Amino acid sequence: MMLTRILSGDFPRSRILALALLAVVIGLALAPFLFPGARAINVAATICIFVVLAASYDLLLGYTGIVSFAHTMFYGIGAYGVGLSLYNAGPTWGAVFMGLTIALLLSLALALVIGLFSLRVKAIFYAMITLAVASAFAVLASQLSDFTGGEDGRTFGVPELLRPGFRLIEAEIFGTAINGKLITYYLVFFSALALFLLLLRVVNSPFGRVLQAIRENDFRAEALGYRTVVYRTLANCLSAVVATLAGALMALWLRYAGPQTTLSFTIMMDILLIVVIGGMGTLYGAVIGSALFILAQNYLQALMRQASDGLVAVPVLANLFHPDRWLLWLGILFVLSVYYFPTGIVGKLRNLKRSPE
Amino acid sequence: MTTTATPAPAEGELPRLRLDVAPLLVLPILALLALPLVGSFPTWVTLTIAGLAMGMMIFIMASGLTLVFGLMDVLNFGHGAFVSVGAFTATLVLLPMQGWMQADSALMNLTALGLAVVLAMLVTGALGWAFERVIVMPVYGQHLKQILITMGGMIVAEQMIHVVWGPDQIPLPLPAAFRGVFLFGDVAIEKYRLLAVAVGLIVFVAMFLVLNRTKVGLLIRAGVENGEMVEALGYRIRRLFVGVFVAGSALAGLGGVLWGLYREMLTAAMGADLMVLLFIVIIIGGLGSVGGCFIGALLVALVANYTGFLAPKIALVSNILLMVAILLWRPQGLFPVAKR
Amino acid sequence: MSEPMLLLTGVHTHIGQYHILQGVDLAVPHGELTVLLGRNGAGKTTTLRTIMGLWHASRGALVFDGSDITRTATPDIACAGIAYVPENMGIFSDLTVHENLVLAAREGEPDTARLEWIFGFFPALKKFWNQAAGTLSGGQKQMLAIARAVVEPRKLLLVDEPTKGLAPAIIQSLIVAFRELKAMETTILLVEQNFNFVKALGDTVAVMDDGRIVHGGPMAELAGDMDLQQKLLGLSMDTHQ
Repeated sequence: MMLTRILSGDFPRSRILALALLAVVIGLALAPFLFPGARAINVAATICIFVVLAASYDLLLGYTGIVSFAHTMFYGIGAYGVGLSLYNAGPTWGAVFMGLTIALLLSLALALVIGLFSLRVKAIFYAMITLAVASAFAVLASQLSDFTGGEDGRTFGVPELLRPGFRLIEAEIFGTAINGKLITYYLVFFSALALFLLLLRVVNSPFGRVLQAIRENDFRAEALGYRTVVYRTLANCLSAVVATLAGALMALWLRYAGPQTTLSFTIMMDILLIVVIGGMGTLYGAVIGSALFILAQNYLQALMRQASDGLVAVPVLANLFHPDRWLLWLGILFVLSVYYFPTGIVGKLRNLKRSPE
Repeated sequence: MTTTATPAPAEGELPRLRLDVAPLLVLPILALLALPLVGSFPTWVTLTIAGLAMGMMIFIMASGLTLVFGLMDVLNFGHGAFVSVGAFTATLVLLPMQGWMQADSALMNLTALGLAVVLAMLVTGALGWAFERVIVMPVYGQHLKQILITMGGMIVAEQMIHVVWGPDQIPLPLPAAFRGVFLFGDVAIEKYRLLAVAVGLIVFVAMFLVLNRTKVGLLIRAGVENGEMVEALGYRIRRLFVGVFVAGSALAGLGGVLWGLYREMLTAAMGADLMVLLFIVIIIGGLGSVGGCFIGALLVALVANYTGFLAPKIALVSNILLMVAILLWRPQGLFPVAKR
Repeated sequence: MSEPMLLLTGVHTHIGQYHILQGVDLAVPHGELTVLLGRNGAGKTTTLRTIMGLWHASRGALVFDGSDITRTATPDIACAGIAYVPENMGIFSDLTVHENLVLAAREGEPDTARLEWIFGFFPALKKFWNQAAGTLSGGQKQMLAIARAVVEPRKLLLVDEPTKGLAPAIIQSLIVAFRELKAMETTILLVEQNFNFVKALGDTVAVMDDGRIVHGGPMAELAGDMDLQQKLLGLSMDTHQ
C-alpha cells in the first residue's frame, strides 16, 4: 500500500500512538489556519524543526547507541551558515544556498573528524570529547563577535518570497493572510516532513539494521564482517547533516541566528530529554516528544504559574511549582524514564497493545 | 604514581625501577617557557600563583571524579551537582556569620570558613551517598544509561538549588583577612590564592597518605586495577565503592566552597559549567590516577592563566588544545592506570 | 574417605547466551591435589570461576565444606576459606610485593613464620619485597600469585594453569611449593596442561570436555594407561611436555 512505502514499513503499531501522530501531523499541517496568532504558529514551526532535530539525534543515540553532545553544534552551524550568508551577501536565494552549502560541508567535515576519532576511544571518552568540542565551538561563536555577532547573534533579511510583508494573493483563506510568513511555515513543515520520512527510510533499510546490530553488540557486528567504524561514521555524518538542515530552517523561520537559540547546552539537554522520554530508537518518539516538550515549554508554564501563585503561602512549595522550575519536573521525568520506561512513551504505548493478549 | 612497564628482567636480576618522570617535568618546563613570553617577572609570578591556586581547586573537585571512574567504571556526568550544592550549603554558615567573615582576624575568618566547609562536606557527602544508591547503583555496567541518568540527576539538583535558594545569583565576599595581596617588592600575590594552594596541598598530601599508607588506600589502588581480584581476596568491594563515591562528593563540595569564594559569586549552574573542564583534566591525567589528576589540573590552570594573559582570544579553547596535545603524546593520559 | 571438600552437582553456567558448563559433576577430595585436565575451551577456567562465584551457576549446586555456596557472593566464598589463583595471576602491578601480600592476609600483616616458609621456595619474593609487582618477571609474578593464596592457611586452593609460559627452573620451584602444600594436607584443585607437572603432583584427576566431566579417578590409573590417555586427551602424557 502507498502508506507502507511512505512510512518505509515502520508503522506506529499502536492505535493510541497512531492517533496521536495523526493529530500532531494534521495539527501542524493546518496550524496557520487552525491556530491563529503569532505565538501559535511559532510554536508549530518550532515543533516541526525540533522533530527533525530530535529524530536525527535518535538515529545516533537510539539506533546506533552513540551518546554525542555535539548535535546542537551542527544545528548551530546550519543556522549560522544560512544566517551569516544572508547577512553578508544580502537577502537572496543565492545567498541561502551558498550559506547552506558551506554549512553542510563544514558539518560533514567535522562529523567525519569526530567520527574517525571514535576509532581510538571508548564510548565514555567520546561523549566527553563531543561535550568539550561543542562547548569550544559555542565559546568561539560568542568570541568572534565581529563575524558572528557574538552573544547577540545576527538578524538578517530573507528572500522576498519568505518575507512577512510579501503577499502571494490578496485574498485571505479562512481568515489567514497568504503571506511570506505562511509560505515560510509551509517550507519548514514540508521540509521537516520530508526529512523525517527520509530518516524513517534510512533506519528501516539494511544500513539501519546494521546500525542496530552495532548498538546491540559491536564485537559481534565486527566479527560478522561489518566495519563498525565506517557505519558509525556514516551515522554520525547523516545525523549531523540533518541537524544542519534543521538549523537552516530555524534561521529562515526566525530570521535570526544566535548562540542562545542554537548552540546553548540547554537545547542539547532538551533534545536528550525529548528523545529519551519520547522513546529511544523509535523515531516516532521524536515526534511525540517534541510536540509534548514544546507545548509544555510554552503553555505548561502558565499552568505552573497558577499553581505557584496558589501556593504562595508556602515558600518552598511555591518555588517547586514556579514556572521557571518546569525543568525540574522534566528532569525527574527524564530520570524516571531511563529507569522505568527505557523505551519511552512510544514503547509504553506499543506494549499496552500487547498486554491483553 | 605508577611505574611504567619496563621490559621484564631476566630471572634473578633486580627489576629496574624507573619512575615516570617525564610528565612531572611538564609543569616546571611549561612555567619556565612562559616566563620569557610573559616578559615581566612580577606578572609571571602573579599568573603562576593564580594558575596554581585555580589548579588546586580544580584538582580537589576532579579527584573524586577520576577515582570513582577508575574504581567503579562509573562516569558521573552529574559530579558538578556536588560542587554547586557544596558552595550553596556553605552560605548557610557564611552568610549568618558575616560578622566573623568580615572581622579582620584571620582566626575568626578561618573558623567561619572551617565550619562552612565541614557543613558543606557533610551535606555533599550525604547527597553523594543518596546519589550513588538511587541514581548510580541501578545502572552499574551500563555506560549509556549512566551518562543519561547522571546528567538527569544534575539537572534535578541544579533546579532544586533554585527551589531552595531562589533564582538569583548569590554574592559571596572573600573573608576580610584574605582580601588583598602580599607585596614582595614588585610581585603581588593574592592572599586568598595562597590559602587555596595551601588547602590543595593538604588535600593532595592527605590523599597520597591514605592511598599509600593505609589498607583502605591499598584496596582502592588494587580495586582500580582489578576489582574482581579484590573480591576474590575476600573484600566487599561494594562498600568501598560507596565510600569512595561519598568521599569524592565531599571533596567536590569542598572544591565548590573554595571556587565560589574565588569567584565571589555563586550560581546554581557553577558546577555544570565546570564539567567540561573537569573532564578535560581527568582525561589529561589518566582516568583513575589521582597523581595524574593533580598534574593535569595544575597544567590546565596554568595554561589557562598564561594564555589568558598572552592571547585572550584562544584562552577559552586552550584547554582543548592542551588535551589534544597530551593525547597525541600519551593516548591514555599522563599516568594511565594499569587496567584489568 | 571423608566428605569431599568441594562437591559440584549438575552445575550449568551460561555466559550471555553461551552455555559453557553443561552439567558438571565434580568431587574434590579432602587433603588431596585434584587435577582438572582438558583441552582449551573445555570449560576448566569457567568451572573455577563458577566455584569462586565470579560467574553464577544457572543450574545445579556447589557445596563447600558442608555449606551450600551456589548463590554466595565472591567475597564471602573467599572468606569461607577458598583461595583463587587465576590464569592471568591477578596481581596488582601498582602495589609492591609486600602490599600484595598484606591484602591477601586479611588479618593485617602476614605472619612472619609463614612468610619465611614461603621465602623458602620463592626466594625472589624476599629480594623484591618493596618493588612494584608490575616490574617482576612472569615467573616471579606467578610466585607472588601463589604466595598470596597461601600466605594464610586456606581450606581450598583453586589454581589455574600456573606453569603456563614459565621456564623449567621456575616450574621446579612451583613443584617444590606444591609438594610442601600437599605435605600440610591442603586441598588443591589444579587446572593444568603441563602433564609432567601434574603427573608428579596429582592424586586425583578429572578430565573435562565440552563443559562436562568425562573421566574421574586416581592419577596413577590415568598415568599408567597410555590408551586411556590417548582416548581422553588425544595424546600421551609422557611425550607431551
